[in-house]
Amino acid sequence: MDLAYTEAEEEFRGRLREWLAAALPGLPAKPSPDDWPARRAYDTAWQRMLYDAGYAGLHWPADAGGQGATPTQHLIFLEETEKAGAPYVGANFVGLLHAGPTIAAEGTAGQRARWLPPVLRGDQIWCQGFSEPDAGSDLAALRTRAVRDGDDYVVTGQKIWTSHAEVADWCELLVRTDPAAPKHRGISWLAMPMDAPGITVRPLRTLAGSTEFAEVFLDEVRVPVRNRVGAENDGWRVTMVTLSFERGTAFVGEVVACRRTLDALADEARRTGRWDDPVLRRRLGRLNAEFRALWRLTQANVSESERTGGVPGVGGSVFKLRYSGVRQELYEAAAEVLGGDAFDVDREWVLDRLSSLSYTIAAGTSQIQRNIVAERILGLPKGR
Amino acid sequence: MDFQLSDDQRALRSGMRDLLGAVFDRGRLRAAVERDGALDRSLWRELGAAGFFALRLPEEAGGVGLGLPEAVLLFEEAGRALLPGPLVATHLAAGLVKGAAEGEAVVTAVAADLPAAHLAEADAVLVVDGQAPPGLPGDVLSGDVSGAEVLSGEALGAFVAAARPVRSVDPLTPLHRLAGRAVPTGAPQAYSGALHYEAALLTAAEQLGSAARTTEAAVQHAGERHQFGSPIGSFQAVKHLCADMLARTEPARAAVYAAAVTGDPAEIAAAKLLADEAAVRNARDCLQIHGGMGFTWEADVHLHLKRAWLRAASWLTVARAEELLAADLGAAGRLPRSSAAYGRPVPEAGGGG
Ligand SMILES: Cc1cc2nc3c(=O)[nH]c(=O)nc-3n(C[C@H](O)[C@H](O)[C@H](O)COP(=O)(O)OP(=O)(O)OC[C@H]3O[C@@H](n4cnc5c(N)ncnc54)[C@H](O)[C@@H]3O)c2cc1C
Repeated sequence: MDLAYTEAEEEFRGRLREWLAAALPGLPAKPSPDDWPARRAYDTAWQRMLYDAGYAGLHWPADAGGQGATPTQHLIFLEETEKAGAPYVGANFVGLLHAGPTIAAEGTAGQRARWLPPVLRGDQIWCQGFSEPDAGSDLAALRTRAVRDGDDYVVTGQKIWTSHAEVADWCELLVRTDPAAPKHRGISWLAMPMDAPGITVRPLRTLAGSTEFAEVFLDEVRVPVRNRVGAENDGWRVTMVTLSFERGTAFVGEVVACRRTLDALADEARRTGRWDDPVLRRRLGRLNAEFRALWRLTQANVSESERTGGVPGVGGSVFKLRYSGVRQELYEAAAEVLGGDAFDVDREWVLDRLSSLSYTIAAGTSQIQRNIVAERILGLPKGR
Repeated sequence: MDFQLSDDQRALRSGMRDLLGAVFDRGRLRAAVERDGALDRSLWRELGAAGFFALRLPEEAGGVGLGLPEAVLLFEEAGRALLPGPLVATHLAAGLVKGAAEGEAVVTAVAADLPAAHLAEADAVLVVDGQAPPGLPGDVLSGDVSGAEVLSGEALGAFVAAARPVRSVDPLTPLHRLAGRAVPTGAPQAYSGALHYEAALLTAAEQLGSAARTTEAAVQHAGERHQFGSPIGSFQAVKHLCADMLARTEPARAAVYAAAVTGDPAEIAAAKLLADEAAVRNARDCLQIHGGMGFTWEADVHLHLKRAWLRAASWLTVARAEELLAADLGAAGRLPRSSAAYGRPVPEAGGGG
């Protein structure tokens, strides 16, 4: 058990810090949360800066256009960029964290060369077309049909909750290619260009007031067969690769950010005098324990993947289950620190409180995470 | 960074598990319950011979020369197996009290107004000042005194005579109530800062072992017991209890191991807080999953729960851990950042970490 970083790792950290200090002042002003084209421009400009500095796709393998960095270097990258106040992945989320890794792991050399460099350069944005009105937790129940017609699939159906759909160039799309097969065995994974005829995007407003996700209607959209990643009807397995990425590495920067928020809450409570309330104080103290432990658990998971050299496994479900709940508790505590100011949406932490409500739902609800933990880690029998 | 057990650490842990399997199997556990937790001196010596108490003494002093991370792994195994006795106090007394390192002496500790464990059997007692670890500003907690005194011989006799045996809630831990608050009167022989923090960490490690064990027991029972024609573990109400048990254990494990590596007071407080909660709540859930069987004397789960209650009240309680962790927050963050902060290690007793 060694928590000390090696000399090489510290050197990496030092160079990164220097670069961040020099680069961040050059960022354009932060766009308004409702201006999606501006958000896209901002997020991709940041990605381009990373690319030019050699930090894009840091931990991706070289044959995917990555730098082949170790998981620990990736951890340091996420920690330092967050500490320096650099932008989040934002609109690059699906490309960098879901679709990209899937293509890197399952795509052909031609597919990797076609789709990965534009993601790394910040030229192209992806969205994730998995969920449907009748297929949420039970994702394999999806019904969007893809019928083979020559060199194309003709796709008809509806997706929902598609984040960033309005500004995406590509959609990683799950479709049913064999309606007769058992539900997990008739699914394929397609890369759909979002400018193809027959796609209608209708934004949905979230409870936070903004339009983070959308409904996507597909009416006989033609997607070339060569845009399929993995074999026909093997899309479920290909998807599981994506989802394990999503649950394994997506929250590192956020845990760092949560710890900073917690410090800021303590300072604010001391300033306003609410700190004298031992119930609030102890609540914040407990959250300190929770986030310290989540950070250490992250380091343990990263070290484990460093040793196995593998794709992050179901252990990410334990992390996500605990983290999503604790994040909500953090912003409940924030509301207590804010007192009467907790009802002013423009006050810091109030929008975060609202958006934290999605954490126990998106990317697999907490109930589904418990099923995964119980069945796949603890080996309990599947329910009926 | 490599935050995983090394091969040596894995070997140490499995060696300890094998040892306990051999010298303290379930039969001996239940025999210990039948004699109200009275200690088995030959088992104590066997632990001593295996290096359990001398683990962190330097090799020149006849110890094993290992550190807190290794100690934490051994205490985790002890917690798993419900190994009885004042393990933490005797381990911390190695090098300070004659015979402790070898398992020849049984050393217990008393602090504040907590009942004293295994007092009648003890060859020496560490009287530790207050329950509060130093390091906190006086406006948050009082009792910031840095003394621990060792009582033995006649002084110990008088101390024990003044204490009153009680019927212990934990069948594995005989308890005495003290006449008043335990306060060292003589010159301090050890720095209680190190004692408090290291004791809290090793206790947290025992809690971790217990939490992992009750999770396993719950999962095993949920897979075997059938109702309504199915294993009860196929019902989500049961399955989700088990998942939550793991989601308590794993963060606690990361916190305990990290605290053992850094020795940081706030990190130790986090470890104790999360491990206490994991041990107590997992034992409760395990009990629930066992149904009527869980409420029996015969099932081991009550032994885990009662011991977990007692450990949670020892060294660093929830309230104090939370206050400590609160004091650590913010720009004003007033907690020292490393083990150096809580002072010299116990003389000759390793200090570790
Ligand atoms: C902010 C946000 C962004 C999102 N972005 C995307 C995106 O970009 N692309 C995409 O494809 N999807 C996205 N989603 C969708 C998300 O993955 C789904 O909302 C989620 O999987 C749950 O599906 P559902 O909404 O249909 O709820 P349901 O599956 O209908 O669940 C409703 C309730 O029933 C419970 N439940 C369901 N099945 C079980 C079971 N077997 N056992 C116990 N309880 C059960 C659930 O836990 C939940 O409490 C996003 C969601 C949110 C909130």
